[in-house]
Amino acid sequence: MREVAIVAFGQSDHRRDTAEISEVEMLMPVLHQVLDAVGLRAGEIDFTCSGSCDYLAGRAFSFTMALDGVGAWPPISESHVEMDGAWALYEAWTRLLTGEAETALVYSYGKSSPGDLREVLTRQLDPYYVAPLWPDSVSLAALQAQALLDAEDTGDTVADERALAGVAARSRTAAEDNPHAQLAGSPPPDALLEEPYLVRPLRRHDCPPVGDGAAAVVLAAGDTARRLCRRPAWIRGMDHRTEAHSLGVRDLTRSPSSRLAAERAGAFEAPVDLAELHAPFTSQELILRRALRLGEDVRVNPSGGALAANPMMAAGLIRLGEAAAAIHRGAADRALAHATSGPCLQQNLVAVLEGDAS
Amino acid sequence: MTPAPSPEVLQAPLVVEFPFTRSLGPVQSAFLTGLRTRTVLGVRTTDGRVLVPPVEYDPVTADELADLVEVAPTGTVTTWAWNPSPRRGQPLSAPFAWVLVRLDGADTALLHALDAPGPDAVRTGMRVRIRWAAEREGAITDIACFEPYDGAEGGEAVPHTGTFTDPVRSIVAPARLDYTYAPGRAQSRYLKALAGRATYGERCPSCRKVYVPPRGACPTCGVATAEQVEVGPRGTVTTFCIVNIKARNLDIEVPYVYAHIALDGADLALHARIGGIPYDEVRMGLRVEPVWSEDGRYPDHYRPTGEPDADYDTYKELL
Repeated sequence: MREVAIVAFGQSDHRRDTAEISEVEMLMPVLHQVLDAVGLRAGEIDFTCSGSCDYLAGRAFSFTMALDGVGAWPPISESHVEMDGAWALYEAWTRLLTGEAETALVYSYGKSSPGDLREVLTRQLDPYYVAPLWPDSVSLAALQAQALLDAEDTGDTVADERALAGVAARSRTAAEDNPHAQLAGSPPPDALLEEPYLVRPLRRHDCPPVGDGAAAVVLAAGDTARRLCRRPAWIRGMDHRTEAHSLGVRDLTRSPSSRLAAERAGAFEAPVDLAELHAPFTSQELILRRALRLGEDVRVNPSGGALAANPMMAAGLIRLGEAAAAIHRGAADRALAHATSGPCLQQNLVAVLEGDAS
Repeated sequence: MTPAPSPEVLQAPLVVEFPFTRSLGPVQSAFLTGLRTRTVLGVRTTDGRVLVPPVEYDPVTADELADLVEVAPTGTVTTWAWNPSPRRGQPLSAPFAWVLVRLDGADTALLHALDAPGPDAVRTGMRVRIRWAAEREGAITDIACFEPYDGAEGGEAVPHTGTFTDPVRSIVAPARLDYTYAPGRAQSRYLKALAGRATYGERCPSCRKVYVPPRGACPTCGVATAEQVEVGPRGTVTTFCIVNIKARNLDIEVPYVYAHIALDGADLALHARIGGIPYDEVRMGLRVEPVWSEDGRYPDHYRPTGEPDADYDTYKELL
């Protein structure tokens, strides 16, 4: 199989509201950052793929405006997914594997501030039986969290409200070292448990911040990657899988699609030293740790993860980017990156990244 | 060169509203029609499980499903979440619990609301029953909600033909989302200038092209445009079409002309309606000027200036 690596990663500062800038104005500095890092111009990139969702800001075909920030004229080879940018990266990866391209630019962005995200996300649900009830995203995550708290079998994981608070405190404390984070710093778990419920059993600390942000990566194949990056983050495998769409059919305490994607990506062939998990809600990290067989010795979300910044459509790509950046700077040798989409970990992508022995 | 003023952010409410009419498959049709008559149907999979709510295809094997069964209106909560502040469109207006309920006779759970006095009255494993809506039309909202129930357990699922008189074939699902639209720096500058009857484009620092209306980036170079350049007010029709279909909510007689107009000094044509001239006399090269709307915040349309037509070579690059 052709070798493909992430050779550059950039992200915006993630903020609750960016009313003063348009989507392309938010995105452009991030695009310039990753292109500058590899010394390429947009016109020199073989393939460009983006992820975004028009519903977030209520702007039809907003991705066509965002393309202005790439410099898409004269026409470039380009594609778009109405999904998190992690899936745009997957498409770009397959394009590079075919040998049709040497380099790819992948970006994604989400501006949730113009709308009410909890309502907007109801529109992705089953339109016959579920969407007419307008169940908001926090409530659906709370159903999953309660199922986990009630579960008799949670493997080696202790799943109680204190464990959830522990995930929140650890993530946001780690985010103190992440200048792009929207939420950084946390009271200790016991203090968090004094706070009232938002949607029981979830408290505010169990939920991700709502915010705006953008991210971009550059992919390159083989020797091109070695030329563009001192220590490329080689994509050893990547796969994505989905659950049955009806919540009542699933065992919400497990993530078989993550497990399967990880198997197919080769995640279990050797231990990883770092994992970037896209777990917007604290309970989802516990479910993912079990599905992905992550032991206590694996550093999980040193970036703070989605609990520190969860720009829709970008937070999954950021997990891949953060894992790659850790390899670039020598802070990890073999990393797992995970992205999710939809309610209650509906669809999951797993990638395994490695750096060359130094 | 005019340095761009510090942007004052423009914002405006934006409502996106769309009623989807969705056709139903045979299983969905039977289920929703059943709800209208207070009958809950499930579908049996090839391995014998009963799915409620029923789906057209098996989520595991992808087999087409058609073996309908009737289940009880009573069931057991499999998980729950307390919603202290109900939102627009949700089943109940007072605080309630979201629940997944496995109805007696079913193997899977249905999402709905549970009317309960408070979170302490709710637990996984509690028994509930359907409270039917007074008026039912064949929709998931025919179930008003669930309510606590301590009566007898319903039995096994029993076969059902799924046949009803006047079956529901489709649903209309209204959706409304409210936004606060913010156009960003470049378009805010443009719109504010327009309110003063001035049209400003923005110049690309790399290729020097002037874009009107500006969107903040040069689509050729992929860099930010920042230098404001006043263009127009006059311009040249580069191409046009004749509109013969009347748009809803638009009080303009057909036929009329919609044109691309290259404002003097701009490197990109914008589009606008042409008025003040019979529709069949509009032509490429026609020189036009804006006619401002009554409140003066934007050009309502463009009309001929009376100047000689522009030479083709002056606008051929802008077609």
